[in-house]
Amino acid sequence: MDGPGETMQKTPIISFHNFSFQYFSQKEPTLLDIDFDIYPGEKILIVGPSGSGKSTLAHCINGLIPYAYKGTITGTLTVDGKTPEESSLFERSRKVGTVLQDSDSQFVGLTVGEDIAFSLENDRVAQPQMKETVQRVANMVDMGTLLSSSPFELSGGQKQRTALAGVMVDDVDVLLFDEPLANLDPLTGKTAIDLIDRIHRDYQKTIVIIEHRMEDVLYRHVDRVLVISDGRIVSDTSPDQLVCSDILRRLGNREPLYVTALKYAGVELTPDLHPGYLDTLDIDRVKEPLLRWYAAQPPHPEKPQGQVILSVRDLCFQYTKKRKILQNISFNIRRGEMVSIVGTNGAGKSTLAKVICGFVHEDAGEILYEGQSIRDWTIKERSLKIGYVMQNPNQMISKPMIFDEVALGLRIRGVAEGEIRERVEQALKICGLYPMRNWPVAALSFGQKKRVTIASMLVMDPQILILDEPTAGQDYRHYTDIMEFLRGLNQQGITILMITHDMHLMLEYTPHAIVIAGGRKIGDDSAVAILTDESMAEQANLKLTSLYELAQRAELPDPQNFVQQFIDYEEACRS
Amino acid sequence: MKAKLFDYIEKDNFVFNLSGVTKLLCFLILTFTVMYSYDVRVILPVLIFSFWVLHVSEIKFAQIKIMLYYVLVFIAINFVLTFLFSPQYGVELYGSKHELFALTERYTVTAEQLLYQGTKVVKYLSVIPLGMLFLLTTNPSEFAASLSSIGVSYKAAFAVSLTLRYFPDMIRDYNDIALAQQARGLDLSRKERLGTRLKNIMNIFVPLIFSSLDRVEVISNAMDLRGFGKHKKRTWYAFKPLVKNDGLAIALCVAIALAALAVAFFIDHGRYWNPFVA
Repeated sequence: MDGPGETMQKTPIISFHNFSFQYFSQKEPTLLDIDFDIYPGEKILIVGPSGSGKSTLAHCINGLIPYAYKGTITGTLTVDGKTPEESSLFERSRKVGTVLQDSDSQFVGLTVGEDIAFSLENDRVAQPQMKETVQRVANMVDMGTLLSSSPFELSGGQKQRTALAGVMVDDVDVLLFDEPLANLDPLTGKTAIDLIDRIHRDYQKTIVIIEHRMEDVLYRHVDRVLVISDGRIVSDTSPDQLVCSDILRRLGNREPLYVTALKYAGVELTPDLHPGYLDTLDIDRVKEPLLRWYAAQPPHPEKPQGQVILSVRDLCFQYTKKRKILQNISFNIRRGEMVSIVGTNGAGKSTLAKVICGFVHEDAGEILYEGQSIRDWTIKERSLKIGYVMQNPNQMISKPMIFDEVALGLRIRGVAEGEIRERVEQALKICGLYPMRNWPVAALSFGQKKRVTIASMLVMDPQILILDEPTAGQDYRHYTDIMEFLRGLNQQGITILMITHDMHLMLEYTPHAIVIAGGRKIGDDSAVAILTDESMAEQANLKLTSLYELAQRAELPDPQNFVQQFIDYEEACRS
Repeated sequence: MKAKLFDYIEKDNFVFNLSGVTKLLCFLILTFTVMYSYDVRVILPVLIFSFWVLHVSEIKFAQIKIMLYYVLVFIAINFVLTFLFSPQYGVELYGSKHELFALTERYTVTAEQLLYQGTKVVKYLSVIPLGMLFLLTTNPSEFAASLSSIGVSYKAAFAVSLTLRYFPDMIRDYNDIALAQQARGLDLSRKERLGTRLKNIMNIFVPLIFSSLDRVEVISNAMDLRGFGKHKKRTWYAFKPLVKNDGLAIALCVAIALAALAVAFFIDHGRYWNPFVA
């Protein structure tokens, strides 16, 4: 493994040497033979699927291991030259500042100012000096004018900036970001990556980013990418070198879409093409094969359209007079469609789902199910036709046993126990949970719990499923599992609506997308058309797909069509 | 969604600008005074004083309306029950019996009982505005700082602050879970029998507790990573330092307390004012 040449003479700020870690509660070590150095001022990206040990690695760097989580350590780890025995969690936290994935839970203060000051308070800094430091650091992350705002008034991006300022007040050397993009919409995520880049350059911090959405992080330069798999570091190279290998795909990580496109087009990727970032890619040398591939693709097959199953007409909703949440929303969903509903945080997407399910009532307009108004249907009646799956399965599951959980809706409705058994088993089979039907829910992974919640909807035999962020916080492998499962349900005739931030999901799985911004519908088209429309992307905080930018840079005749071809090609590969 | 535990609206006046510590101390001192004394001549001035402060603080009636109704109902019930259970307690207390009229043989209304119960009502009425004042004019952020500066352990004080921070989140989670459960057919409306309704509400609390526990780990990690509990003491960003007005306010309250004690020692020779022994 090569360190970067110019920094070789320096002493590393973080150094792992033959390092292994095993939680006391686990049978196998979570980290094995970890061996790498991070030098002051470097910017490192660590990628790897869930369960690969990335979070554990982060805990080792920020000191939660060994101070908060106990286990067996072999080998050595030094941070700023000190082993854990020579230091303490508090001392470590003055060197390494951690921005957690869930910036809402990290927000412990009642206002931005208090939250940023938290660490200074614990350090007994006198108030005048504390106020001055807080103001200065808040300015660095553009939060200086919002010091008295409460967390309820902030967007996800602003909460994350607050969290960042909260660790920068300690003047830490290393900033550790744990999945910084997980809870942000695409544009806000892009801004976050920009900010991290600026902090890196302007304040000479060492940056470690742990994230599986590699393409979005590589929007800005990073020095090295470490790939972790099954507790081992399997690759430690520059982005240019990494994307040329097949290591990402092989280990269940997502590689940048434009890289996949180049590989489909038969381009022999080599580091001297600088393919690590789309900006640096030597486009002249890949134009030819891209054009050839483009010309060879069959035209987009037209699919037959089903009857309209759900029709929303001029829907308006507001909680209070001042804040109009939904304004004159109209659209049609056809039977058998898979549709994504996208847009900024707080644009009204979740409210739209709530109105459709009858949780709140529209102020004007109407919703038709198979041409019939459902205005007078109760929540309970609607749930027989339209199932709603929340983002966090832990918020839905109320029974300790899987079977009982799935049976709950039927039992409440007084269905005979014999029929319940039959229907529950059927739903569990569809969801691949049948072998586990007698297990306790607690024994399941996050993705399996998600399936339980979907099974508990399917058991009522709904025609439409609405899912809120079905893949949030999931790595590529689990994402693919969940989405393929949903696609399977869809092919069995269930119409699926998904609220999502994930542009990949939208592009790869939902031919039809509805865009909501500021309570209005601003787009209702194919996902490909929407993700290649610059003005739409800007209004709704979306991000153009890198496929489109690749096609534009390569001056292909119809970039939008190129994106469509890519999606069709992938679909053909899968089936 | 902007849900807060109680509605704090910042204003610029004498009461609002006092430090939270001052307000807490004044509240405690005056409460003690009023609870100690059973002399209406002492308590009535305090009652007038506390309503005057309420007026000065520019709190709107709408803000305290609901709280006030609850309190009045409570006082009324308390008044009736006290009479029902011990109609002659005043007689026992003051050692004389001036009967005004009789309802039944057991329930005769005496001047002593009326004085005793009247005094209690005035006590409640003078303390309640002070409590409301403290809650409504203290910035929630400053609350923890105030608690900690009167000697409450800062970990306990911060727990109060955390409760204020995450309570609205819990409410939102509760609502979301309730809706999702209703979609599965759970009836929480009055149409359902009370027993079933309670059972159904349990179906909401189980997921609420589990999803909250998930957060506790993240929050405690976040706090550890930023040095919570590093030292025996900590400073507070939201702490308002004491200024001259704070001294004045505390001095005034101490003076009121001392006056009440003086009345008790030198005039009443005890906690009770007894006009019946002439």
